[in-house]
Amino acid sequence: MLDLIPLQWAWGIVLYWLLLAGASLLAQRNAALITAIVFPLGALGALAIAGVGALGLAGPSAHFILPIGLPDLPFHLRLDALSGFFLVLLGGAAFGVTVYAMGYFKSMAAEQLSLLALWYHLFLAGMAMVLLADDAYAFMVAWEVMALSSYFLVTTDHKIPEIRRAGFLYLLIAHVGAVSLLLCFGVLQGGHGAYTFDYMRSAELTPFWASAAYLLALFGFGAKAGLVPMHVWLPEAHPAAPSPVSALMSGVMLKTAIYGLLRVTFDLLNVQLAWWGTLALTLGLLTALYGVIFAAVQSDMKRLLAWSSIENIGIVLAGFGLSLIFYADGKGALAALTMTALLYHAINHAFFKGLLFIGTGSVLHSTGVRHMGALGGLIRYMPWTAWLTLVGALAIAGLPPLNGFVSEWLLLQAFLLSPGLSHHYLNMVIPVAAAAIALASALAAYVMVKFFGVVFLGQPRAANLEHAHEAGWPERLGMIWMALACVLLGLFPVQVIVWLEPVVRLLTSQTMTNAGNWLMLAPISAERASYAPLIFFAVIAAITLLVFFGVKRVYHGRVRRADPWDCGFPEQDARMQDSAEGFGQPIRQIFESFMRVEREMPDPFDRAPQYRGDSRDKIWLLIYQPIADLTAWLSAQAGRLQHGRIHWYLIYSFATLIFLLVFTR
Amino acid sequence: MTLSYHLQVVNLLAALLLLISFAMLSQRRIVGLITLFAWQGAALATSTAIVAWSTGQHHLYWSAALTLALKVIAMPWFFFRLVRKLDVEREVETMINIPTTMLIGIALVIFSFNLALPISQMSGTVTRSTLGIAMACVLLAFLMMITRRKAITQVLGFLSMENGLFFAATSASYGMPLVVEMGVALDVLVGVFVLGIFFFQIRETFDSLDLKHMEKLKER
Repeated sequence: MLDLIPLQWAWGIVLYWLLLAGASLLAQRNAALITAIVFPLGALGALAIAGVGALGLAGPSAHFILPIGLPDLPFHLRLDALSGFFLVLLGGAAFGVTVYAMGYFKSMAAEQLSLLALWYHLFLAGMAMVLLADDAYAFMVAWEVMALSSYFLVTTDHKIPEIRRAGFLYLLIAHVGAVSLLLCFGVLQGGHGAYTFDYMRSAELTPFWASAAYLLALFGFGAKAGLVPMHVWLPEAHPAAPSPVSALMSGVMLKTAIYGLLRVTFDLLNVQLAWWGTLALTLGLLTALYGVIFAAVQSDMKRLLAWSSIENIGIVLAGFGLSLIFYADGKGALAALTMTALLYHAINHAFFKGLLFIGTGSVLHSTGVRHMGALGGLIRYMPWTAWLTLVGALAIAGLPPLNGFVSEWLLLQAFLLSPGLSHHYLNMVIPVAAAAIALASALAAYVMVKFFGVVFLGQPRAANLEHAHEAGWPERLGMIWMALACVLLGLFPVQVIVWLEPVVRLLTSQTMTNAGNWLMLAPISAERASYAPLIFFAVIAAITLLVFFGVKRVYHGRVRRADPWDCGFPEQDARMQDSAEGFGQPIRQIFESFMRVEREMPDPFDRAPQYRGDSRDKIWLLIYQPIADLTAWLSAQAGRLQHGRIHWYLIYSFATLIFLLVFTR
Repeated sequence: MTLSYHLQVVNLLAALLLLISFAMLSQRRIVGLITLFAWQGAALATSTAIVAWSTGQHHLYWSAALTLALKVIAMPWFFFRLVRKLDVEREVETMINIPTTMLIGIALVIFSFNLALPISQMSGTVTRSTLGIAMACVLLAFLMMITRRKAITQVLGFLSMENGLFFAATSASYGMPLVVEMGVALDVLVGVFVLGIFFFQIRETFDSLDLKHMEKLKER
């Protein structure tokens, strides 16, 4: 009975969020009530569910049947290490974002805010239920709650046509994915007719049907995660949604897709084939490179971050594919190492991408601008936001001693440590894949230099930026929480890996061996590669301090402000700085054939010329547009039946009647 | 084989029903159409009563009474009032000219007789031979709905179709259970009233009861 306690608590918190959702609807007149009471209570729920998840991670798995749902079809719940880990991810990231939301939504109109709070808490409850569900029915219900509530969150500003369009695109792709998942569960039950996950685990599928289930799952979860070419909704939906919502969607919701993929592939399916891994690895690498290249050429802050999310999901999926290859090949230790790396990267991404999105939210809130061409120099007006965002930017760029480095380093180790796999082609391809991961990481750093440099450094590109105000305390606290998580996850990887062990054991029935000690991280063996973040951090900090004080001592110590070297050109203004478009231009030059570039060239006689370039991907035109055109054409053909003449409608039914009478004779 | 007198009467009434259906197809005036509809109802009620008497199915008396009350008295009276109020006593406008309609009608009758043959062989009722006529009545009423322009003639066609169905039910299986018949009767009554209200609304909106104006209601 004692094992059940965390699970019952988790269910209790889901109920509590549902109650908060209802309560926020009642508080329609009073905006202050929602920001001062509902959101803080929601944040406490997030913290509690993270705690419950940690208990579930350490404890044995627990089942629980909930007597709700359809007759004879109750909800089955289960809390095991895998759901526990993702609950920690959900709770941890959602706590920071919700604390931030307390301040961020303060200026919103009460009516809109109460609806937003309703969907927000439904969204949290839906995501938690996805992680707890133990049968296909409960899973799909929770999955739909998650998709629909996030749709309403994306379309918070539904009066703007583009936002409605973005929301529709998101809803469409979410549902195409959901249909695929439904089919996947249909295959997985393997003729039992029972849809609990327990039955699915015991179902003996032939390799053909197992592959069908895997492909359906990859497509369905890939549509949610933003796998190329189903990623098109991400760059549209993230700029449309309010920033805390983007942070949750990108940080947490995309991870529920990873959770589902892991659950189906490693837990529910009874066979794992190597070619599945190759497929996921290829798609993951493609997604990572595609995402980062497009991130490099964006000039809209949130669109840039959305593309960067695609890149990170690509890295996680590449890790997933590699782990699957190792697992199917019987290399358990390496599979465990890769699995550790991908789970690590998933939780890292939740925190640093959440942090970047809410940091962007603060900039957007105080300047009202998303376009990077109208920003700049904000570090002087918003120091808290700027420094905290810098932590996130450094983490996502994969710089030690922050968390992004650890997971990417582990993943690269897994790639490089792969000794002879039994498949020759794979042996040749995997080093190339490692190179692709390294390229994606390097480009991610490039993207972050651009993001941080253009937004926060240099001179303000528009006059009104001088009135930009710093974010309030709730916002700062939210960002501090996320930044702290990035730093701690980076400094204590050995502890984190110990903590991940139950999940890795559940999925790959092995754990990653750490040849180092509590201070030193050394996968496989200490001779090959090791990393000691605390020592690294101490050395970096010591050198920085030494140089700082040394320079202060040797030099006169006064701060002197002077004009930069101006090449003899008398005038200097903010327009001469490198712009977002300019910074991304080399990448655009190389990859222009994959892009659809829209340029606005200034008039030669314009005294204050403005250049704007927008790079969109061609996949929309190549894949989605033909499908849309075909659908429209078919519906137009069907629409010709409808011409408004009642007599013809009667003739239709008359002809049908006669036909059926003749047919049934 | 000789038929008993009451069956011969039923067959005669069935023939009359079919004749009235053709008469309705060829009728050019709305007032005449309503009179014919009333006569059709009367023939239906009489034949139902005779079937009830000859087979001892007492619930069919109720059906006959309902038919008489609704389709011979109440609805024709209602329609006469409606026509006078709406001022549409003039000619019925047709989509296809009347002789062609009659020819299509004959084809339909042959088709339904052909169709009813195997079914009436399976049926065990004494009135089974009239099934073909009943189906012909349904199809002819449908044809009338298709070929007329005015909304009011469509409703008359619809009611006439209901008559045919009723007759089919009586001849194939001595009618439906009484509860069902009561329900259908209530539906028809309510339907007629609702449609009567619609006629006023349609005329108010389009200044006419001609259905071609409703083409505007489609999308785009």
